[in-house]
Amino acid sequence: MYVIVVGAGKVGVNLTRELIEQEHEVTLIEQNRTRYVAVEQELEHSIQHGDASELWVLERAGIERADMVIAVTGDDEDNILICQVAKEKYGADRIIARVNNPRNRPHFDLLGIKPVVSATDLILRLLEHEVPHRNMVHLLDLEEERIEIIEVRLGEDSPVVGRTVGEIDTPDRTLLISILREGVGFVPTVNSELRAGDDVLMVLDPRQEEELKRRLGA
Amino acid sequence: MFVLIVGCGRVGSMLARSMMRDGHTVSCLDQDPESHARVEVGLDGGWEELGGSFTVGAALETRALETAGIKQADAFVAATNGDNTNIVIAQIARKRYRVDTVIARILDPLRAEWYSQQGMHTICPTSVSVGMLENEIRAAASTGNGD
Repeated sequence: MYVIVVGAGKVGVNLTRELIEQEHEVTLIEQNRTRYVAVEQELEHSIQHGDASELWVLERAGIERADMVIAVTGDDEDNILICQVAKEKYGADRIIARVNNPRNRPHFDLLGIKPVVSATDLILRLLEHEVPHRNMVHLLDLEEERIEIIEVRLGEDSPVVGRTVGEIDTPDRTLLISILREGVGFVPTVNSELRAGDDVLMVLDPRQEEELKRRLGA
Repeated sequence: MFVLIVGCGRVGSMLARSMMRDGHTVSCLDQDPESHARVEVGLDGGWEELGGSFTVGAALETRALETAGIKQADAFVAATNGDNTNIVIAQIARKRYRVDTVIARILDPLRAEWYSQQGMHTICPTSVSVGMLENEIRAAASTGNGD
């Protein structure tokens, strides 16, 4: 696969290194001369100097044949523009954009730039998993594919407590895949009983989330 | 007409003053509070006294755009010093807030050309000044100067 990575910060450089390790062909583009020179010794011909929001710089890097473009600069508007141009002008099959400021996320959505990666969101999600302040946490969201994995804490008053996995009435297109109890996770059978305080992992169609929450008493 | 100008540098501030002189309601948004002084250069009174408004905030911040009046704007001008910022906010003004007239200043001719093909109303100062320079030189050449 031929991948163009834009932005030679920590994320961009490490990503490039990993992709090369996995035997992909990679070009990293960096506009800051000092940073470019610092990384060039290691990455040699895999890094180019230039502003990737200038179309000729992308063309010089071979955007026409790129299978994937990953924009991980520190500027959200640059990441949006690079991905928009890669996708709409040059027909890149896949793009990934980094969101630096979570408040800019709606702009990425509005302009159809997806998927996006936001370090802040990821950390918040981990924090939520470690120290839940609500009884439901999103662990994975594949919006395009319409699938998600959520973790639901069962309270004392949940209608499913005391019943077995086989007995509980969950909506269509939802599936209970695991129970976390006292720090240990296991894949249940139909005979496993649900207890108050359990965290259950469910895979589901996001459109069923409200109904599922209602039936689990979350 | 309500005109919102984002980016109050030399271009934005000069445009803001002339639009106000034409009798329009003008609102400026700039992240640098000191730009407020620039918009008042050559005016007889304060910007707000004359009916203008000025919001300090980042162009991409939805809250700042709304405080500056993007929901009421009839015309939106993206004139920050960043081409990519202008391209992104012009699309936000158009797609999210449905502003009737949206114009983006884009210095890079290639980006300006492509986004213009996609239906964005763009002004490229680089192409405009190159065109003027070309005309001057051609005029000089045709009158025989420089032989």
